[in-house]
Amino acid sequence: MAATIVTITSGKGGVGKTTVTANLSMALAMLGKRVLAIDTDIGLRNLDVVLGLENRIVYDLVDVVEGRCRLRQALIRDKRLSELFLLPAAQTRDKSAVNPEQMVRLCDQVRPEFDFVMIDSPAGIEQGYRNAVAPADRVLIVTTPEVSAVRDADRIVGLVEAGEKGPPKLIINRLNPAMVRREEMLSTVDVVEILAIDLIGVVPEDPAVIVSSNRGNPVSLDGKSPSGQAFRNIAGRLLGQDIPIMPIKESASVLDRLSRFLRG
Amino acid sequence: MSFLDRLFGRREPTSRQMAKDRLQLVLVHDRINISPGMLDTMKDEMIKVISKYVEIDPDGVEVTFTQSKRQSRLTADIPVVGPVRRHPKKSSARATAVHGRAEVGGDG
Repeated sequence: MAATIVTITSGKGGVGKTTVTANLSMALAMLGKRVLAIDTDIGLRNLDVVLGLENRIVYDLVDVVEGRCRLRQALIRDKRLSELFLLPAAQTRDKSAVNPEQMVRLCDQVRPEFDFVMIDSPAGIEQGYRNAVAPADRVLIVTTPEVSAVRDADRIVGLVEAGEKGPPKLIINRLNPAMVRREEMLSTVDVVEILAIDLIGVVPEDPAVIVSSNRGNPVSLDGKSPSGQAFRNIAGRLLGQDIPIMPIKESASVLDRLSRFLRG
Repeated sequence: MSFLDRLFGRREPTSRQMAKDRLQLVLVHDRINISPGMLDTMKDEMIKVISKYVEIDPDGVEVTFTQSKRQSRLTADIPVVGPVRRHPKKSSARATAVHGRAEVGGDG
């Protein structure tokens, strides 16, 4: 095995990096892949709670890097999916506790034992971001269809391209089809046109995401929810499967058109 | 544009269109790291340089950045009025001196 190292980043905070990382990690493990999810948001760790593994943390990323434990001791194995592991971030330190070279070394160390290493990046473009991106083979940029998130995503696209990481791929998160229909939100086509990078998935806004993170059960485990399906589709595309982007009904129906015509 | 809006003559772009337009404008400047103020300074300098060679209408000059994919393109639309009036006794060999004056005097 030689893992593909995938970094999930965004520039702006709060667009769903951790949710995306948790769900893609779960979905890849459900497809039978051996997956390690690494939280690099030192000081503000959250991947553990979103995955529902917060009660099982003994050691963390900084303990591994500083040699207080062996790497294997810090990995938490998921109880639902035996092929999924988490390496949590330290909560009491800051981003400078780890440097990009250490991240590259750590990832090289785990590479032979996994199919995928999924790295959750902190927000921003400083050291935390550089730590997360340094070992990446592929970079996924998460944005929401809002001006602030798209603008920050564009900064990251520029940085990733300058860093010779190969072209990053785009995930549009929390798209609200009804708002797009009413011309109150940027559409998938708009965001792709503005950022001019390849799209790997669109996740519709879905209350099930919050309910599932309340429980610590990522929504990709939920067979019925539209967002869970979207995450499983992205996981399939990461494996090279040819899955068309889920048709999220963005174009206006006859009724929508009529009501817009009358009401404005 | 809704029926009622048209009836009352209101014309307002949708918020989706406004988001798109505003983003495209701000990203042009983000990507090349040139503020609108710097763009104006550059435009003034371009007018000065070009005026050494041809007479142009400085008020009609338009300098814009456009995007094609992630490639930025600088486009200048410069209305030309005619050739620079050269001093009748100057030979072409002394053109450099003429250009030098154009820079100082700014009137070609």
